Amino acid sequence: MNAKLTIAMPKGRIFEEALELLRKAGYTLPPEFDDSRKLILDVEAEDMRFILAKPMDVATYVEHGVADVGIAGKDVLLEEERDVYELLDLRISACYLAVAGLPGTKMNDVAPKVATKYPNVAAAYFREQGEQVEIIKLNGSIELAPLIGLADRIVDIVSTGRTLVENGLVEYERIKDVTSRLIVNPVSYRIKDDRINELVARLTRVVSLEVK
Amino acid sequence: MSRLFMFEKPLGMRDTLPELYEKKQRVRSLMEDAIKQWGYQFIETPTLEYYETVGTASAILDPELFKLLDKDGHTLVLRPDMTAPIARVAASRLLENDLPLRLAYAGNVYRAQQREGGRPAEFEQIGVEYINDDTVSSDGEVIALLVSSLKKAGLNQFQVSVGHIGFAQELFMQILGTNGRATALRRFLYEKNFVGYREQVNSYSLSSIDKQRLLQLLELRGGDEVIGKALDIIEDGFGKESLIQLKELWEVITDYGLKDFVKFDFTIVSHMSYYSGILFEAYAGNVGFPIGNGGRYGLIEKFGKKASATGFAVRLDKLLEAMGSQEVVNTVECIFFSQERRKEAFQLAETMKAEGKKTVLQDINGVKNLDAFTKNFANTTFLIGGA
Repeated sequence: MNAKLTIAMPKGRIFEEALELLRKAGYTLPPEFDDSRKLILDVEAEDMRFILAKPMDVATYVEHGVADVGIAGKDVLLEEERDVYELLDLRISACYLAVAGLPGTKMNDVAPKVATKYPNVAAAYFREQGEQVEIIKLNGSIELAPLIGLADRIVDIVSTGRTLVENGLVEYERIKDVTSRLIVNPVSYRIKDDRINELVARLTRVVSLEVK
Repeated sequence: MSRLFMFEKPLGMRDTLPELYEKKQRVRSLMEDAIKQWGYQFIETPTLEYYETVGTASAILDPELFKLLDKDGHTLVLRPDMTAPIARVAASRLLENDLPLRLAYAGNVYRAQQREGGRPAEFEQIGVEYINDDTVSSDGEVIALLVSSLKKAGLNQFQVSVGHIGFAQELFMQILGTNGRATALRRFLYEKNFVGYREQVNSYSLSSIDKQRLLQLLELRGGDEVIGKALDIIEDGFGKESLIQLKELWEVITDYGLKDFVKFDFTIVSHMSYYSGILFEAYAGNVGFPIGNGGRYGLIEKFGKKASATGFAVRLDKLLEAMGSQEVVNTVECIFFSQERRKEAFQLAETMKAEGKKTVLQDINGVKNLDAFTKNFANTTFLIGGA
């Protein structure tokens, strides 16, 4: 029953780091992998299939079991709250979730507004602070919101902080550190246990070497 | 609120059309037959229960309950599972002479969905409750019955993973000492967050040996060799009882000849507080969600009787999904008649029905498109016009 393993990979920034990690773990992945535009890539030699998804959707594919495992940012897991196993911190694509805004400003007393790609994370954070805010969901270019007066604050991921600086924004609070995680569908975790145990063991070895 | 379309149903509610109905009916009766063969007695309970009693006793979390008010202002729930109503019946009516009780059910349960509105909020569960017997034999019987009823239903590839709620708890208490800390770690297992579990363990000031013991818990899955590994990480007394039970369970399952279907997994925490002993989940390879689960629970005490019980519930929709598409062979025949030969047609239909054939009688004048209509039948007979 430990048949072909399907892995959901996030397109974009995390993809290359994840690929490098898998190669270091000894998986032979063809070179054309890096710049392919295909959404499904079969690697017969490893008996693996890779599907390339939007980072936000990786956990969804894994929860529904169309992918056995996936590589997803902790930000996505916090936002989506999918029923998946979070097995391993891969320690790649490190960044953090933060509250930012224009320098020297306070939240509007009458109608405080927060713009974000992460409405659940933002809502939970401000609720814990005891602040009542209106959450405005955006799909990108979040930095725009305070500049044109849509919101007082934004909640977004920060990696180098350059985007904030270039747009004249400053960080106010750090919410949570984010790295990429290896996630697994609960059924696959049990049915394909041999293959998943092996994947976890090989990745664990690579990750712990990197840290030292 | 947007105006409803006339064909709309409340979120998560579904119609079952004839073809699916047939498939459901077939699998349901195969499961029911298997369960009846083991001597379990089927019962029915009401769809509505009081929130204060069954609603709060249920393992299903509050936000998932459908609540409504009766005319006296009592809060009612649409039953979110079958176990709590059966515990209520058993405690109040059936446990009078303190004997083991084997009950079964097939019924719809209701759970409001938090996300992705299309997920079913009403679905059918088939299951058993084995009440008032706390031997490991009874845990084994329920797991064996789960396996054999799934096999009878026609499912070939599946696995039951078995754990014990007591082992992790006692390991945590032995090493961490406080209930608060033990609960914190158990919550990480419940949330399937092993990264968080490891971070939490590493944040405690413990000897490296104790940390290793806590981390090794995550590796405890596989066949009966796992029990040996589990023995290595606990000290005397603590957690032994659960291992003795699991060892005996393995022997019971082996004696049933079903050990190929069962594996151990010590990280299973299906619920934060509901289960009290051996618990399990059933998986089929091609469905991303468990098709069934169960375990030992102490729920009946909430209804005022001291009795422990175990049971399982299988989700019929997930089971059907796991079985894949199956041809439903259409065996219905049709006799078309006109007024002149009506009596003859009725007599023929009687004969055919007596032979066990499903027979439709159709007045030929009632059908506008004859070609399209005849396609619905396995066979057709025309008794029309003057003989």
